[in-house]
Amino acid sequence: MSALLEISNLSAKVAGKNVLQGLSLTLNAGEVHAIMGPNGSGKSTLSYVLAGRPGYEITGGTVKFQGRDLLSMEPEERARAGMFLGFQYPVEIPGVNNVYLLKAAVNAKRKASGLPEVDAYEFLQLVRGKMKLMQMDESFLSRGVNEGFSGGEKKRNEILQMLVLEPTLAVLDETDSGLDIDALKVVARGVNSLRSADRGVLLITHYQRLLDHIVPDQVHVLARGRIARSGDKTLAHELEKRGYDWVLEVA
Amino acid sequence: MSSSIDALLGQSYRHGFVTDIDSDTLPPGLDEDVVRFISRKKREPEFMTEWRLKAYRHWLTMREPHWAKLKVNPIDYQSISYFSAPKRDPNAPKSLDEVDPKLLATYEKLGVPLHERARLAGVAVDAVFDSVSVATTFKERLAEAGVIFCSFSDAVQNHPALIEKYLGSVVPQGDNYFAALNSAVFSDGSFVYVPEGVRCPMELSTYFRINAKNTGQFERTLIIAAPGSHVSYLEGCTAPMRDENQLHAAVVELIAEDDAEIKYSTVQNWYPGDENGIGGIYNFVTKRGECRGRNSRISWTQVETGSAITWKYPSCILRGENSVGAFYSVAVANNYQQADTGTKMIHIGANTKSTIVSKGISAGHGQNSYRGLVKILPSAHGARNFTQCDSLLMGGNCGAHTFPYIETRNPSATVEHEASTSKISEDQLFYCLQRGIGEEDAVNMIVSGFCKTVFKELPMEFAVEAQNLLAVSLEGAVG
Repeated sequence: MSALLEISNLSAKVAGKNVLQGLSLTLNAGEVHAIMGPNGSGKSTLSYVLAGRPGYEITGGTVKFQGRDLLSMEPEERARAGMFLGFQYPVEIPGVNNVYLLKAAVNAKRKASGLPEVDAYEFLQLVRGKMKLMQMDESFLSRGVNEGFSGGEKKRNEILQMLVLEPTLAVLDETDSGLDIDALKVVARGVNSLRSADRGVLLITHYQRLLDHIVPDQVHVLARGRIARSGDKTLAHELEKRGYDWVLEVA
Repeated sequence: MSSSIDALLGQSYRHGFVTDIDSDTLPPGLDEDVVRFISRKKREPEFMTEWRLKAYRHWLTMREPHWAKLKVNPIDYQSISYFSAPKRDPNAPKSLDEVDPKLLATYEKLGVPLHERARLAGVAVDAVFDSVSVATTFKERLAEAGVIFCSFSDAVQNHPALIEKYLGSVVPQGDNYFAALNSAVFSDGSFVYVPEGVRCPMELSTYFRINAKNTGQFERTLIIAAPGSHVSYLEGCTAPMRDENQLHAAVVELIAEDDAEIKYSTVQNWYPGDENGIGGIYNFVTKRGECRGRNSRISWTQVETGSAITWKYPSCILRGENSVGAFYSVAVANNYQQADTGTKMIHIGANTKSTIVSKGISAGHGQNSYRGLVKILPSAHGARNFTQCDSLLMGGNCGAHTFPYIETRNPSATVEHEASTSKISEDQLFYCLQRGIGEEDAVNMIVSGFCKTVFKELPMEFAVEAQNLLAVSLEGAVG
């Protein structure tokens, strides 16, 4: 089993505030890890730092992605190397077709690997297949990126993009928030379809219910910018019953 | 990230070169003799000489307008040369093969190879180099349809009755300072007449270019669509690198009779000056169309990426009952460019309709103003207008301004106005980057999305050109 993502002693600041404070975590290929924790514990910050969002200052520690120094890579390089971030609040880009963005993303990745651009017809077939899985209407293709989408539609669209881009590591930031139970199942089916021996998923979530549908190999509790406790899926159930306070007390 | 964007901003103007051709250039200065010289040089009939002189005398009584939100360095009208023509021997070229190869090479560099253009089915080119037309193609095919498409000078020679009837009927000589100047000294331009019931068999296209040093360019365009006819006209231009500011004061008049339609599209790329705001073209243009007949339609679509200063308000006078006017615009102000542009929709006839969609993009230290007037006269029962003005800001040093004027003097009229200002957000940019799309491509994608409703109005091949032009103009503009 090889380490896909190795985070060692990572510290980061946002707007002058220390948010991550010596966080360590190793995710092996083939694994799904869940990160849970109270509001403000640094969950979203972790996802943005991994994706390279500007405005986050790394004050210490290292992150290795497939053995490469992730923190020295530009955001687009990280994406092309196989990292995908499912956004908690996907942004609207008016006037830009969904399918156009998706194709540009696929081609940027292919170009970086020295592959020719994707064939337009085959690409459309591929996307249509994935949309079916995500129970999305074909009209989504020609609509503007997230333009006028409901919260649930935006989340489905994130997972659709993930399925088309086939990342090695998917970081999903509260993909379950705002979803009803049917939509949650659809999203879970999408994520599960991507699980394989050479891929990893980092699920950031508030609620245990997502983990009924995407069963994690490990569960971590993030508190005050570091991992306060790790365990298997039963830890999530315990959190559901007892809340976060007991973890924080122990930590 | 912003440093790489700044580096991209350093991209210099691609069309900066000067073609070495002897010009038959008048010394700088303007008086009645110069006006007469131009008219004589063009072997114009008496009525044209008088028309010009009347304009000149009126111009002398006028003052430069200063109401626009523009900073304009003083223009010395006596230091401008008012006539320049490429040297023509008595056996002037009769076909493209006979045209000075240097001229053709110039178009090649601009990416407008005439030969290629000529081969492209459906596009006719009346290329204007400096002030005189050098090549006109597809004339025969148009002639078969009865369409007249020629240089303005030729029209004065061959169709004086049409010129006398229509010239100045939409933009009178004394309309404004720059229109008056143009009326006095205009050297050439294009003329189009589409006869009754004829659908022009191809898009008509003109490429303009400023070349000789210190030569003001005063184009005159007149397009007449007779009852039931249809024509689509494309105007595009680029200019060579130059240090002195150059004045460009064109006048375009459109006339649409009953049930006629004119679509006028512009992709404008005059030299905007360098990244410090040195040089660049002053583009002070008067464009106006009159929907004279019932059910007539005029639409203006413009993509303005060039010029140091743009002062331009393509307008529609909606006189005919049920006539329809439209204005779709993308205006870019990057570096130290200034644009004050918009439209006027004057509703006179009953049930007239107008649509205004304006997209302003400001970057660097650019200042972009939308200025629009919607005027509904008492006679315009049931008139409708819809206006949408959107501004996109790139970086923190630019500005976007909106000056919408609405005058309604008929209570049955409906006027809607929507406006928005947005920034290319870090969120949008990061979203694209996270999907592996490079920064430059991401910016282009977001800007193109912003402009989509306007690009949609352009003829297909022009839309592609416009999109490329926008990409070049905004390279590195996010900071």
